[in-house]
Amino acid sequence: MHTISKVWLFCLLLAMSTVASANLTIEITRGSDQALPIGVVPFEGSAGMPEDVAQIIHDNLDRSGFFDPLDRSSMFEQPSKADDVQYSTWRSLDVRYLVVGRAERTDSGYRIQYDLMDISGQRRMMSETVTASENDLRGAAHYISDQIFEEITDIRGAFSTRIAYVTAQGVGDNTDYGLYVADADGRNSQQILTSSEPILSPAWSPDGGKLAYVSFENGRPEIYIQEVNSGNRARITSFEGINGAPVWSPDGRRLAMSLSKDGQPDIYIMEIADRSLTRVTDSSSIDTEPAWSPDGRRLVFTSDRSGGPQIYQHRLGSSETERMTFTGNYNARARFSPDGENLFLIHRSDRGFQVARQEIDSGRLVTLSDSTSDESPSVAPNGTMVIFATQQGNNGVLSAVSADGRSSFRLPAAQGDVRDPAWSPFLNE
Amino acid sequence: MQLKPLARSLAVALSIAVIAGCSSTGGTQDGDSYGSQDGRDGSASSTSGTGTSGQYSSTTSGADRGQQADSRIPDVKTIYFDYDRDTIKGEYESVVMAHARYLRSNPNANVVLHGHTDERGTREYNMALGERRANAVARFLNIQGVSSSQMSVVSYGEERPAERGSSEAAYSQNRRVVFNY
Repeated sequence: MHTISKVWLFCLLLAMSTVASANLTIEITRGSDQALPIGVVPFEGSAGMPEDVAQIIHDNLDRSGFFDPLDRSSMFEQPSKADDVQYSTWRSLDVRYLVVGRAERTDSGYRIQYDLMDISGQRRMMSETVTASENDLRGAAHYISDQIFEEITDIRGAFSTRIAYVTAQGVGDNTDYGLYVADADGRNSQQILTSSEPILSPAWSPDGGKLAYVSFENGRPEIYIQEVNSGNRARITSFEGINGAPVWSPDGRRLAMSLSKDGQPDIYIMEIADRSLTRVTDSSSIDTEPAWSPDGRRLVFTSDRSGGPQIYQHRLGSSETERMTFTGNYNARARFSPDGENLFLIHRSDRGFQVARQEIDSGRLVTLSDSTSDESPSVAPNGTMVIFATQQGNNGVLSAVSADGRSSFRLPAAQGDVRDPAWSPFLNE
Repeated sequence: MQLKPLARSLAVALSIAVIAGCSSTGGTQDGDSYGSQDGRDGSASSTSGTGTSGQYSSTTSGADRGQQADSRIPDVKTIYFDYDRDTIKGEYESVVMAHARYLRSNPNANVVLHGHTDERGTREYNMALGERRANAVARFLNIQGVSSSQMSVVSYGEERPAERGSSEAAYSQNRRVVFNY
């Protein structure tokens, strides 16, 4: 039967593109009042380099909401080494941390040395030398950003991660859909699937190598798995009715999904190796949008068994299912924080559909976003930010908000709708 | 009240005869009863779907005209729903009935019911709501005697809006079930 075919189909629709045709730009929409003041001095020797590494680090730290980087125009000294840093200068600028660095050309690319200085403690916190090929300078900048972020905050940086998202251009039957993967800052985007039929619900495998998603390319929803680098893909479900909402188990061996082959949509778990299915829910209501707890022992999902959509939790291997959300009459599409202590979800408030966080223990729910047409929250692997889809005018755009709601930014696309973001796991284990 | 095969072929033969009989008056006899719906259907895009209802509810000589129409696919192929509802509104029952008559009369015809929602709410939950709408239409057709084997359901959720935009005018055009033959 074709639904259990294990052959990796070569995809005619596949269009690996090296042209960054759908890069997203960043607009910071809300800065945190608790952000740490930091200076990232332009790196010595960076004139003529294809990327401004210090600027990329500045932008990363700014976007994180944890830092408030000083404008370059205010830097009347521009040291490039720890020994040249005048602490009094930077103290007078109210800077607590300073990054200085220098870049040199090598046979194979660039060698970048940087120092992270603690201005109030008057000491060097960290020093490192990084080598990078000419076309991986952005990667080097993200790596350095990760090191600086972790050294100061004790939280692992997530700047070297990626996001997947779906684009749509046109209306009605003349819509073109695309599945893209880009760096976490929206740059370096690559289209990995093109279709004239809808694509939705991309989900990263825990090793960051594959995406599961739903494609209507055969006139109905089917779940596919695609290798991000090679583009090889396989259709893994094609049941009658809805084949939707795939999410990988933390061990990468199973997919939870919503199937309506037996009537109303229910939650199932598929063993990817042999495509065997286990039914998790059996209700006469809608059960969809499953998400695994980080320990892999529980699934939360959206169900309208009480009337409107609410979040329920099922302990795998038991018959226990408990309702999790009680605030308001619409809570859907939950995702766990990496520590398992919070759920990020879409909550309908008086204002509209907003990204919210609910503490699992207390049940307390707080809205995080300012926007009112939000969908598809996806949590950064370090738990500090949530990326989601929202509306700006008549266009779908991606937006992100910090887990505490204090800072946010938007990633508008040049044209068309952007939606259904999925933040990758850490990629450099 | 599913028709027996004999009765069905009689019905088809009868409707063919009726159409053949009328065709001497010109090829537009179906247009008289349904063709004007085209314009209404098109103009309905700027308002809510109520424009399509008046004509049908005023069609009191339904049996005769229905039989004429049974040999061809009804022109009105879209019905609209209220927010968060899957109930077929009274004003659209006659549309669904027309499709039921067509499908009963043409047992080899198959229809795919496409369920759609507006953009509000989450995508996969909307996928389920779209399916619920299409299933409601399939159940209605089934009660009207259409065989389940002639029908299938595909939900597009909010993925294929007919109208762009975040206004109630756009939303009302997007909450729909479309008959695809």
